[in-house]
Amino acid sequence: MNIFVLLKRTFDTEEKITIAKGAINEEGAEFIINPYDEYAVEEAIQLRDNHGGEVTVVTVGNEEAEKQLRTALAMGADKAVLINTEDDLESGDQFTTAKILAEYLKDKEADIILAGNVAIDSGSGQVGPRVADLLDIPYVTTITNLEISGETVTVVRDVEGDSETIETKLPVLVTAQQGLNEPRYPSLPGIMKAKKKPLEELELDDLDLDEDDVEAKTKVVEIFLPPTKEAGRVLEGELDAQVKELVNLLHKEAKVI
Amino acid sequence: MNFELTNEQQMLKEMVQDFADKEIVPYAREVDETSKMRYETFEKLGELGLLGIPFPEKYGGAGGDTISYCIAVEEIGKACGGTGLSYAANTSLGASPIYYFGTEEQKQEWLVPMAKGKTMGAFGLTEPNAGSDAGGTRTRAILDGDEWVINGEKCWITNAGYSRQIIVTAVTGKREDGRNIVSAIIVPSDTPGVTISCNYDKMGVRGSNTCEIILENVRVPRANLLGDEKKGFSQFLFTLDGGRISIAALSVGIAQAALDKALQFAKERQQFGQSISKFQAIQFKLADMAMELELARNQVYKAAWLKDQGKPFGKEAAFAKLFASEAGFRICNQAIQIHGGSGYMKEYDVERYLRDIKLMEIGEGTSEIQRLVIARHLGC
Ligand SMILES: Cc1cc2nc3c(=O)[nH]c(=O)nc-3n(C[C@H](O)[C@H](O)[C@H](O)COP(=O)(O)OP(=O)(O)OC[C@H]3O[C@@H](n4cnc5c(N)ncnc54)[C@H](O)[C@@H]3O)c2cc1C
Ligand SMILES: Cc1cc2nc3c(=O)[nH]c(=O)nc-3n(C[C@H](O)[C@H](O)[C@H](O)COP(=O)(O)OP(=O)(O)OC[C@H]3O[C@@H](n4cnc5c(N)ncnc54)[C@H](O)[C@@H]3O)c2cc1C
Repeated sequence: MNIFVLLKRTFDTEEKITIAKGAINEEGAEFIINPYDEYAVEEAIQLRDNHGGEVTVVTVGNEEAEKQLRTALAMGADKAVLINTEDDLESGDQFTTAKILAEYLKDKEADIILAGNVAIDSGSGQVGPRVADLLDIPYVTTITNLEISGETVTVVRDVEGDSETIETKLPVLVTAQQGLNEPRYPSLPGIMKAKKKPLEELELDDLDLDEDDVEAKTKVVEIFLPPTKEAGRVLEGELDAQVKELVNLLHKEAKVI
Repeated sequence: MNFELTNEQQMLKEMVQDFADKEIVPYAREVDETSKMRYETFEKLGELGLLGIPFPEKYGGAGGDTISYCIAVEEIGKACGGTGLSYAANTSLGASPIYYFGTEEQKQEWLVPMAKGKTMGAFGLTEPNAGSDAGGTRTRAILDGDEWVINGEKCWITNAGYSRQIIVTAVTGKREDGRNIVSAIIVPSDTPGVTISCNYDKMGVRGSNTCEIILENVRVPRANLLGDEKKGFSQFLFTLDGGRISIAALSVGIAQAALDKALQFAKERQQFGQSISKFQAIQFKLADMAMELELARNQVYKAAWLKDQGKPFGKEAAFAKLFASEAGFRICNQAIQIHGGSGYMKEYDVERYLRDIKLMEIGEGTSEIQRLVIARHLGC
């Protein structure tokens, strides 16, 4: 089975995020594999172990992403591809990333492509579906279970806390939701082996793409942190009066009802 | 010169950190209270290949370097000092002597299962009457045909309760000058005559297994002698030099945990209308702690690097162990001070760090012995 994983290097949102000059301050930030992509890597390795074949992890990014690719190799992926856009692109969006990935994948005869459901940094959830669309293959998002038998793919997907079972055929693209599996730690022998596994580096040129072909379709107008949480308020008085006041506040102040 | 960790070392650090956060930190208080080692942790460390870091793949290890091993010790120690001690002793004292001095058969038989994490190992040097003065060993091994017959007593031996074999030091003869020849012999733990009891009530590193071993007419094959019969003593010295680097790394781990907690507490704790981290008195403490910690870590890496390069590292290992354990003790003590009354309470963990790190000034050569070792290297 020819298995591909789309992987993004993101900053760790569990660490404190600061903004400087309209951009996320990268200094001091910790960088990790996008957690949803980790589920995708784990699922890909399990698929390979059960069905044979090869797992290739692909990322669009810069040199720094080599570390996250090596981590995926240490977990057990076979090959990695870094599409380095550092010298070619100043900025990009989901369209840019999807277009580059699709261009890379179009002649690879992938049986299955796994991606994360969203990247925790920009959170659009678009890259996976866009790639599938460009490749003209079906896709299923936010999956929590995956079974493949022959050409038939049975997927359980998370729909707002409920689940839906979908049957489709290979080739397919799926995006991983929390709960799909428990990603393994890269073992130490895995880490040592990762060093020797192939990591190919490509640029836009190698994919016959121009900057114009992948120019972003959207523009970031502003980046700001959510307002700091204010202290809670404890209502007092008769129960009836409290309920009335609460409803009133939710309506007039919080404007949620 | 290059002060950067390699990609692999960095990945290892993150992996061990993740593992320790999920599998060691949540049990650190429990193992301290119950004084019972959590063996499951070691099974999982074994599955991740962490029990054989510095040994070649052909012996079941990971083929890593000493720096990688120190990184793992530090991260595990940061999560739990007791678990860190058992981890460090297992590799440095239980397994290393067999790797460095064992025959091929001994390595296959004893080292491979350890490196693969199938069992643990222990090193029994200390006796009730021979601590710093290992030359005062009273345990005797007498050759009877093709067997060694061993009699004696060992105390405070780390991991003996979970070990398949214990390397025991014993007097095997006398030199021409009348001094004892002390050798090392591999004793399978299930040999008749071996009694292991693990009931010490320790001040700290309580998550680490510590045992007394009584040897009564214990018979093991002659082939279990480890390394050169005559050079037994210099072999332990080499073993202890290596072990010291890991005790230094463990000190750095515990001290890092203390600094992390103290810094966080200082930023959050409000007194006199502001956070106590705004007081210069507290800032100076934190500055000293961070500085000493970094210097200690640098010395650990330097000693480990020298060992990896095959260069002499005995003096540097003693520097690392002495400085990291003593600076670490100061750091843990100040961490309690910064916590005020809270620091005296178990729920803040810093009191445990101080109890745990105290061992580092004693085990694998006391601070006084480190100073003797250094002085000898200076030619005194
Ligand atoms: C938790 C724990 C785990 C241990 N694990 C192991 C293990 O796995 N294997 C093992 O073999 N041992 C182990 N030990 C034993 C440890 O290595 C010894 O406790 C240590 O070497 C000190 O020996 P001692 O306790 O007999 O102290 P002593 O040697 O009696 O020392 C008492 C004091 O005298 C000082 N002193 C001694 N000689 C001199 C000198 N010449 N000059 C100046 N001062 C001197 C010492 O520095 C110390 O302050 C462990 C101990 C503990 C507490
Ligand atoms: C076992 C025990 C028994 C006790 N018994 C009693 C009792 O019977 N009655 C009672 O009232 N209390 C009692 N206490 C409380 C004890 O007096 C306080 O813990 C102590 O006064 C410190 O206060 P704190 O813990 O709030 O620390 P904090 O005041 O929060 O101090 C934290 C750290 O900040 C430093 N710090 C604070 N302010 C400044 C500043 N302006 N400049 C520089 N550094 C500063 C402190 O020196 C300390 O290092 C007890 C505490 C313990 C642990």
